[in-house]
Amino acid sequence: MGEKIVIRGNEATAVAAKLCRPNVIPAYPITPSTLFPEKMSEFVADGELDAEFVPVESEHSAMSAAIGASAAGARVCTATASQGLELMHEMLFIAAGMRLPIVMAIGNRALSAPINIWCDHADTIAARDTGWMQFYAENNQEGMDLMINAFRIAEDKRVLTPGMVGIDAFVLTHTFEPVDVPAQSEVDDFLPKYNPEHVYLDPARPITIGSFGTPQYYMEFKYSQELGIQASSPVIDEVFADFEKRFGRKYAKITPFMADDADVLILAMGSMNGTARNAVKRLREEGKKVGVLKLTVYRPFPEEELKKLAGNAKVLAVLDRDISHGYGGAVYADASGVFVNEEKKPMLLNFIIGLGGRDVVIDDFRNIYDKCMAAVEKGGPEQRVQWVNVDFDACKGGA
Amino acid sequence: MAYEAPNGELFAAGHRGCAGCGEMNAVRQVLNAAGPNSIVANATGCLEVSSTGYPESAWCIPWIHAAFENAASVASGVDAALKSMGKRDGVNVFAFAGDGGTFDIGFQALSGMLERRQKVIYVVFDNEAYMNTGIQRCSSTPYGASTTTSPPGSQSIGESQDKKPIAAIVAAHEPAYTATATIAYHADLKKKVKKACEMEGPCFLHIFAPCPTGWRHGSDTTVELSRLAVDTGIFLLWEMEGGDFNDLKVTKKPPSPRKPVEEYLKTQGRFKHIINNGEEIAKIQALVDEKCKRYGIE
Repeated sequence: MGEKIVIRGNEATAVAAKLCRPNVIPAYPITPSTLFPEKMSEFVADGELDAEFVPVESEHSAMSAAIGASAAGARVCTATASQGLELMHEMLFIAAGMRLPIVMAIGNRALSAPINIWCDHADTIAARDTGWMQFYAENNQEGMDLMINAFRIAEDKRVLTPGMVGIDAFVLTHTFEPVDVPAQSEVDDFLPKYNPEHVYLDPARPITIGSFGTPQYYMEFKYSQELGIQASSPVIDEVFADFEKRFGRKYAKITPFMADDADVLILAMGSMNGTARNAVKRLREEGKKVGVLKLTVYRPFPEEELKKLAGNAKVLAVLDRDISHGYGGAVYADASGVFVNEEKKPMLLNFIIGLGGRDVVIDDFRNIYDKCMAAVEKGGPEQRVQWVNVDFDACKGGA
Repeated sequence: MAYEAPNGELFAAGHRGCAGCGEMNAVRQVLNAAGPNSIVANATGCLEVSSTGYPESAWCIPWIHAAFENAASVASGVDAALKSMGKRDGVNVFAFAGDGGTFDIGFQALSGMLERRQKVIYVVFDNEAYMNTGIQRCSSTPYGASTTTSPPGSQSIGESQDKKPIAAIVAAHEPAYTATATIAYHADLKKKVKKACEMEGPCFLHIFAPCPTGWRHGSDTTVELSRLAVDTGIFLLWEMEGGDFNDLKVTKKPPSPRKPVEEYLKTQGRFKHIINNGEEIAKIQALVDEKCKRYGIE
């Protein structure tokens, strides 16, 4: 049996990582993820974890060392955020391309400029196309559980794809919450020892990793990689089900709330889901048919699940804590793509919300609901993409 | 048990290196000196491109290439992994990189690896420019050399700065062992590799590697040029254990008197524009004299 303790989100991901018994932790401090390397170095210093903590000189080197260590057969984890993830960007593709099942915790933080240390999802969204699986936690318990699940999914021989687990900056990284910590023996039973067969730097069996791929071979490499992350979809369901059986906590790629008969469905990632559910409860009391779809797994994108859950709604309001400048939110683009060839589909509206740590509050959801219903009445939205809670006057002539 | 390579060669024939490539020759010498219990983390560059065209590979030891600027960091990860899994003993972990990947873009990762005192033998194969992208200047390019981004012209002599003293900068990190070598003095090179393999901390080998394509010299003169670089004092062979520069030992002294730099410069097309310019030749001679003096060479 495990124990219940009150910890910050960063600590939850660190304790989870420790329970997964990594061999190597190359890490570099960055707000708001710094507590992760602090805790990991502490676990090693205290002899609680038998591992090598490598205090590298940059995030680029953190991911580079992670790649070297994973390729040598070690279980590897690290953590970063924001600018750190962007500095790693080049190496993220390489970790995924080499099929190295590295797991990384992210304290989801806005990107410069202007510099801002607070929450949004711009950092991991910018890493969307790197080939990593992406999980987003709503609270610290989820942060812990998703880390443990991520190792098992990433290392599955059908998958062999790295994974990142996002916890929202400050809202989770620095907030104390009660968390159920599984016992070491329970995690050991859930997560078998990492035993790589595909890549392994071993003088007894020399192989060449990271070779030069000409046009004649490159697409086959990439398609094989795509098969890996596609294969993670059923594996995620399988692992989540096993996790629920063992630990009693249920996870899904998309978790619906009051969604069955909803006219308006709100699709959101991360910590704002708690606020969304509270808002929905109040709106329901007023007789408004609204529900929430919590998106936990963003890559691979749960296409079929979204079709099934949102196909009957009048409006799918996609909340993006990110902006792809010149188009709209990234989650919105993905969700729209899912429905593009469907006969029966909701109207899709995009709300850009909570960038750089701007609070997401209950009234925001009420406004979003009203805008969605107004669009239904008019037969279309005033604007496809709308920014929530912005002082538009302050931006006049701002170009 | 290490793998037994056919012919005992750990860097196999059949790679796509240019005829007379100094780097390929040096790699072969380094690996054969180190033996099969070796792992290489390689930076992007000529070496990686020409030795690993999928599905072929010239490497008979485990080898990984991730990116350009991080061979030292990838090797650090390999070192840590082997240590944590109890497999560290008896394995040489190498980082191989060119001068671009070491002097310039990979410098931070190199410095970090040295400072953390990781058990990595970092080998830079120095051909004094970005050869893989087509001969662009680097902080390793010597004064006066013509490259595609330091072209001589009415306002330019060619490369305007002299070479960054990389081995001395590394030695200032106080690693276990720092040495310079050339393929012309292969017994000296081999000895230095073997010594590095026995060291407990980070090691650095700076290997001078002429590039017939980039330097515009005959592909049959690579070894000869490597020797001439030493005999003129252009490239000095030394080694140093630890961080005390008083312990720096010159392992192969140039003849006394040293050969004039002109003899070296005239063998290469990259210096063609200054070979008849007495003033510039004198300037280069003065730079070399000054450097030799600092290393206690007449």
